Amino acid sequence: MIVGTLAIAATFSILVTTTIVIVLARETWGFFHFPDVSVGEFFGGLEWNPLLGSEKHFGIWPLVSGTLLVTVIAASFALPIGLVTSVYLSEYASPRVRATLKPTLEILAGIPTVVYGFFALTLITPLLQKISPAFGSYNAMSAGLATGIMILPIVCSLSEDALRAVPRSLRDGALALGGTKFDVSVKVVVPAALSGIVAAFLLAISRAIGETMIVALAAGGIAQITANPTAEVQTMTAYMVQIFLGDAPATGVEYKSSYAVAAMLFAMTFVLTMVGQYILRRFREEYE
Amino acid sequence: MATPRSTATRLLTNRAFLAVCLLATNVAVVVLAVLLISILWQGLGSLNWNFLTHAASRKPAEAGILAPLWGSVWVCTICGLVALPLGIGTAIYLEEFARKGRFTRIVQTNIMNLAGVPSIVYGILGLTAFARMFGAFGTSAEDGGFAIGNEESLLYFKLPFGSSVLAGGLTLMLVILPIVIIATQEALRSVPKSLRSGALALGATPWQTVWGITLPAAIPGIMTGAILAMSRAIGESAPLLVVGAVLFVLNAPENLMSDFAVLPLQIFNWAGRPQDEFHAIAASAIIVQLVALLAFNGIAVFIRQKLQKPLQ
Repeated sequence: MIVGTLAIAATFSILVTTTIVIVLARETWGFFHFPDVSVGEFFGGLEWNPLLGSEKHFGIWPLVSGTLLVTVIAASFALPIGLVTSVYLSEYASPRVRATLKPTLEILAGIPTVVYGFFALTLITPLLQKISPAFGSYNAMSAGLATGIMILPIVCSLSEDALRAVPRSLRDGALALGGTKFDVSVKVVVPAALSGIVAAFLLAISRAIGETMIVALAAGGIAQITANPTAEVQTMTAYMVQIFLGDAPATGVEYKSSYAVAAMLFAMTFVLTMVGQYILRRFREEYE
Repeated sequence: MATPRSTATRLLTNRAFLAVCLLATNVAVVVLAVLLISILWQGLGSLNWNFLTHAASRKPAEAGILAPLWGSVWVCTICGLVALPLGIGTAIYLEEFARKGRFTRIVQTNIMNLAGVPSIVYGILGLTAFARMFGAFGTSAEDGGFAIGNEESLLYFKLPFGSSVLAGGLTLMLVILPIVIIATQEALRSVPKSLRSGALALGATPWQTVWGITLPAAIPGIMTGAILAMSRAIGESAPLLVVGAVLFVLNAPENLMSDFAVLPLQIFNWAGRPQDEFHAIAASAIIVQLVALLAFNGIAVFIRQKLQKPLQ
């Protein structure tokens, strides 16, 4: 009886996924039936202009490009720094240093994203504007850096787990062959833990793609295709915030468009997670 | 392999790499310090008792966080009451009872996937499934739905839930459920096999083994995971924004069907305004939020250090 109840609890998670897929599919299907919308324009169009002007355009690429720009900035900040930090934590740090560093990272990991958004808006952006006047009061760089800070602890702790799972004997072997600590860490331990590190990177990237409050506060609201970090961009998540905060009628095409955007977002993070899982399964180096 | 290099060069590389490590590691520390200092600097001035006990106001000097503070308490309580039993139950089933086969593999992959779904997507699910109930009961109590009790009473209940505390709490439950499951599974996995074998050998049923032996041994790990999941729930705002938490509400929730605001969304609202006065009170609200968070993390660290007995 108890086991039966527990089994039902376990099926609940399947129900959640199924419902997400059904809800997103049904509403997206409805969205594609509006006269202003076509599937071809949604996936091929280079203009996203659902609210203003007489002619509405629903091409997803400006939103995807905004999301990718912020994600690339976040990843180029967090992935290298996070990886090096995790190597230091797992290979070099004394127990005392670890005892202070780990809680620091845990606090960073627990800080609500809206706080990072506030930080981007009130500190990072003004600093960037001091460096170059090209930065507007909303820009991709500031949101990207704040998102990078947000994913940094994820990269650190997951990569560190992977590094620490590498058995002692590999390190001892490399040291016995005359390797320096650098040789051991970078040429032996990191390659041995590569699958775990890549999976950590993918998870962090998918977090950055789905991040909402930072970009809603700091990245701005202009959907445009650009690689310029000083420019204002709108991400997929920021567009959804704009719609759900605004007074768009629940039956209107603008409102429904947010479901199509959500479906795209879900698909992107789903693929990243699946690839990460596959890499972990397929390329895991089993020792012992 | 590259051409052999002299020992001196290799030792130099070694030194240089250590320097890079220290530099990178300090980034996290410096960023945290700068963040905390800048928020304290901006927010301490306007943080006082009135701020905690006053309702929202259009004037920043008079505004307080009473309603969103209570909103957060309500929403997180509901979230915890549902997510913890459901998540821990799922984990126990997967780790201790389920036969390792195709079904468990699918459930496991699915949970990893759910952990990666952006929280705003859960907001959309919560809006459709809880706030609107797929339209099965119309759009309100008047239009096809139904209501029990009157709106001021503690037991007021209606279908569909609308943008209520209950809908918000259940939506947050969806967000933290995978986190609770994964943390509990890890805690259960760290209990040595020998303990289970011992109990079974003495004639305990599988359920007696789980309830009397495995669970008590895993409790510190489960509690740490649960607390960290709850601290995620306190800070989560995007899904509640979608479900329809209001940005301006005067009263704390009265029952499960009340409108609600939560602290992170109040911060979002104030931070998004151009005036510096609102930024100051946003920073004050952030201080309150971070104090709550630190208290949660503190408890988690305490449990980990004091209660976790080595089992091997």
